[in-house]
Formats: sequence, C-alpha cells, structure tokens
Amino acid sequence: MAMKQGIFEVIKNEQIAESVMKIVLVGDVSAITAPGQFVNIKIDGFFLRRPLSVCDCSRRSGELTLVYKIVGEGTRALAGYREGSKLDLLTGLGNGYDTALSGERPLLLGGGAGVPPMFFLCRSLVAAGKSPTAVLGFNTKKEIFYEEEFRKLGAQVIVTTADGSYGTAGFVTDAMRTLSYTYFYACGPQPMLHAVYEASETSGQFSFEERMGCGFGACMGCSCRTKYGEKRICKDGPVLVKEEIIW
Amino acid sequence: MVEKSKASKRGRIACSMTVRLGSITLDNPVIPASGTFGYGYEFAELYNINCLGSLSFKGTTREARFGNELPRIAECTGGLINSIGLQNPGVQRVVEEELPRLRACFQKPIIANICGFSVEEYAENSAVFDQEEQVAILEINVSCPNVHHGGMTFGTDPKMAAEVTRAVKKVTTKPVYIKLSPNVTDIVEIARACEDAGADGISLINTMLGMRIDLKSRKPVVANKMGGFSGSAVFPVALRMVYQVYEAVSIPVIGMGGVASARDVLEMMLAGASAVQVGAANLADPFICQKIISSLPEEMERYRINSLEEIIGGAH
Repeated sequence: MAMKQGIFEVIKNEQIAESVMKIVLVGDVSAITAPGQFVNIKIDGFFLRRPLSVCDCSRRSGELTLVYKIVGEGTRALAGYREGSKLDLLTGLGNGYDTALSGERPLLLGGGAGVPPMFFLCRSLVAAGKSPTAVLGFNTKKEIFYEEEFRKLGAQVIVTTADGSYGTAGFVTDAMRTLSYTYFYACGPQPMLHAVYEASETSGQFSFEERMGCGFGACMGCSCRTKYGEKRICKDGPVLVKEEIIW
Repeated sequence: MVEKSKASKRGRIACSMTVRLGSITLDNPVIPASGTFGYGYEFAELYNINCLGSLSFKGTTREARFGNELPRIAECTGGLINSIGLQNPGVQRVVEEELPRLRACFQKPIIANICGFSVEEYAENSAVFDQEEQVAILEINVSCPNVHHGGMTFGTDPKMAAEVTRAVKKVTTKPVYIKLSPNVTDIVEIARACEDAGADGISLINTMLGMRIDLKSRKPVVANKMGGFSGSAVFPVALRMVYQVYEAVSIPVIGMGGVASARDVLEMMLAGASAVQVGAANLADPFICQKIISSLPEEMERYRINSLEEIIGGAH
C-alpha cells in the first residue's frame, strides 16, 4: 500500500463538459490499489502538488484517467498540458473505498467533481458481481459528464440537475429517497455529503475533499476530527465511514 | 571522530560531508525540518531515510493538540502558508508511540522540537526528552507563528527567549538549540540573548508570518487568517539572517528556510550554518532530502570543496 512517485506521459487532455477536463496518462500505476484513492500532481510553476481522485486505472495498459474541474490557477495550468508532455505524480495516496461492505445493490452518489472516483468504484463493484446504481448530480445540463460511461459498465444510472435542465430535477438526495439499496458510497461537495448522511437509511462511506499540503500524511494540513479520533484526510482518508463522521 | 569519506565520481577528490554540531557528528548536514517530515515513517515508505544527517520531528507540546481549524494551507508563489497550529499527540504519546516507530526506520541521532505555552512547559517537555537516548539535540521552538499566547511570543523578546533557554538548560544535559523567528526587528539581539543564557546553538529561521485572500469569498484563505510562509521564496531572507547570527555568536548555527537543493545547502554553510534543515520542499517533493544528499558530492566537486566543515562561515 505504499505510495510511489512516477513520471507519466500525457496521452490526451480534453474538455468533456463545461469547465471539466479529462486527462489520460500512462505510467506505473501499481501503487493504485483501491477506488477512491488519489494522485498528487506536480504542475510547473506551482509550489504544492494538486490532488486529484482516480477516475479509472488499468493495470494492464498502465493508463490512468483523471477527470477534473478547472477551479483555480493550478487546474487551469493542468488543462494546458498537451499530448506527449510529462507529469510527475505521487500515486497510491489515501485509503480508498472498502468494496467488501457493499452488499448486492450498492448506491453510488457523486456530485460534480465528486463523480470521477465513483466511476472506478462502479467498475470494481461490477467486476465483483454487484449491481450498483449510480446517482450523478450536476448543477446544470452543460456540466454533465460520464452518464454513458457508467451505463456501459452495466450500472443503473440516474442523473439529477439542480436547475432541472436534464434528468431528475433536484439533488442526489431527491433520487436517493426513492431508491432501495444495501449500502452507499458518496463523493461531492461537503453540503451534499451532509445531506446524503441525513437522508441515508443504511451505512456507507464518504470521500472528503480538503486543501492539502503534502498529500501523504506528513504536514497535518488536512486533519479532521472523527468519532474514532483525529484523522488526516490525505492519509487516513479521504474515505471515512458514516459512523465516525462528526459534522 | 570517524571521518566518512566518499570518493567522487571521477575519483580524483575525496570529499567529506561530515559535519559537527558541538560534540555531535553527523554523516552529512542535511536534516528534514520539524513539521514537514512527521516522525519519518511516511518517508520511510519511499526510501531508506538513514541517508539523512539527522531528523527534527514534529513540534511537541505537553498536552495533545488538534491544532487550528481548516483550511490550514494556502499556495503561494515559491512556497506555501501553513497554519497547522502545532497539532501533535502530546509529549507522553510521542515518547511512548511515535519515537519507537521512528526508531524502527531511523537509527541515527534525532532532534526533538519542543514547544510550550509557558516557561514551565518548555522545561517539563525538555526534561522528558532529556531521558530519550536517541534524542541528541533539544530544539526549542520559540517561533511558531500559529498559536496564540505561546510559540512566537517567547521568540520575539530577547528577555523571554533567554528565560526559556535558562529554564531548559536547568533540566537537561543534552545540547539546547533555540529555534528563532524571523518576525523580529533584530534577530541578532535575540540570538545573543540565547547564547548568553547558555544556549548550545541556534536554529533559524522558522516561518514568516503571512497571509493570502481568496478573491471569490473575499476572505483569508486559511481559517486562522494568517500563517507561516515558507518555501524557496524565503531563502534569501533566511540566508541573510544566518549570516548575521553567525557573525554575532560563537555557538553553532543550523540554517533553514527555503532550502531545496545542494547548492542552497552550500550557500547556507558559507553563510555560517554548521548543518542545514530542509522544510517546505519535503511537502512538494518527498524525495528532496535524498536528492540533495546524493547530489552534494557532485556540487562540492564543481566548486572545489573537499570538506563541508571547511566552508562553514566561508563567506564572511
């Protein structure tokens, strides 16, 4: 489970929705052992690395897919990397989701930039013979991505938009309340995670986002309090179980 | 003293990276700085950290501390701002749990970074680490900018810094280094006050008080509003202060602040540092200390340096 540093080559880096980019890299992905883990990317001109969750990863081809939203200077610079350029990554960071607890019909809830890790998780659950349902929440139609990709995995997919411009009008929790499920996994902005926590009827796991210093547990820049003690989002998380979370 | 000599790549000059801090001999001058290296074991996942000269572990207080609210980190040009707020498990758990784990992956002398909220607390914590065999140096942190009524309060006033120094010296036989804050009018006056009070060495610099504001929210990026700025951007300031303090005191100086390369190490030593700590750079590149150590012989050869000890203070 140890992290690794590696140089990855950019295979493609393209826009797939408004302000949303998909970058495919190739390199040594052997440190990535669970969905929900993240990588930390060195971007030229910036002091700190940028943490991005793993959207997909293939051991066979060494391909690593990251889907990211352009939110600041760092992600804007990342969007400028072209095919053939090289990036320095720390891989295999974070604990990742525990798929063993999913039951037969797990529910996956992703909101905006929280959708990408759900894809890798969905693939893993399908491979384990489970029947996942993915609820993908966006603000508006222009921001939607990966609906078809989830369907191709064999998952049942429900898309929600806050402004009602596509799919179910409302939030992921509006869809969640109409579904039956054995367990759930959620990733998205904190208000969404809190709403999922309140609406959920089973146990589940949440992936948190935080400003990080190192991304591997050394600086204590992203610590949080849990019922099981202090944890570092980057090293002991980013996945926490429902029962330990203090809002 | 055992001299470890390394043959250079071309095999012409044998260079020595050994340095001394008073009675303590280090294989090389490179030491990860407190707060950027945890207790070593995250880095031991990546490489054998026994290549380091020493290691200064996370600042320790008497009680366990969670630290400041999030966010605690802000990116800056050439560095970052942190406002961790001395998160640590407290001195007892550090001794009982962290130091044994550290010892399992690092067998060289270590530096205990000690914090406090009163003169008595500094002394109490120092007395605990005085009993730890692997601890070779007590580094007294009177310069943390991220806690109120403690930390930097002691390091910005020569009288207070001297008082802490005296109190700690009373409870330990180990060398006491005072880690100074750059957020002062005259760092030389404070370094002298520590030397006069019995300090065995000076560590400098801690982070510079700084801030960033988020343009979208129009509020400070870190929850504690301000934090400590460090990274390559502070290197010239740190170097200048090391130079000034070296000139003013006769005890060893450990230089730090923005060090990220073997060349930075050489500059720091020419300014007067007997050993050099690497801080913020560890967060961006976890291999940086190893890289610096492995590239030192080549840089020494380039500048015709046979022994690092010989260049300490060479710029004066």
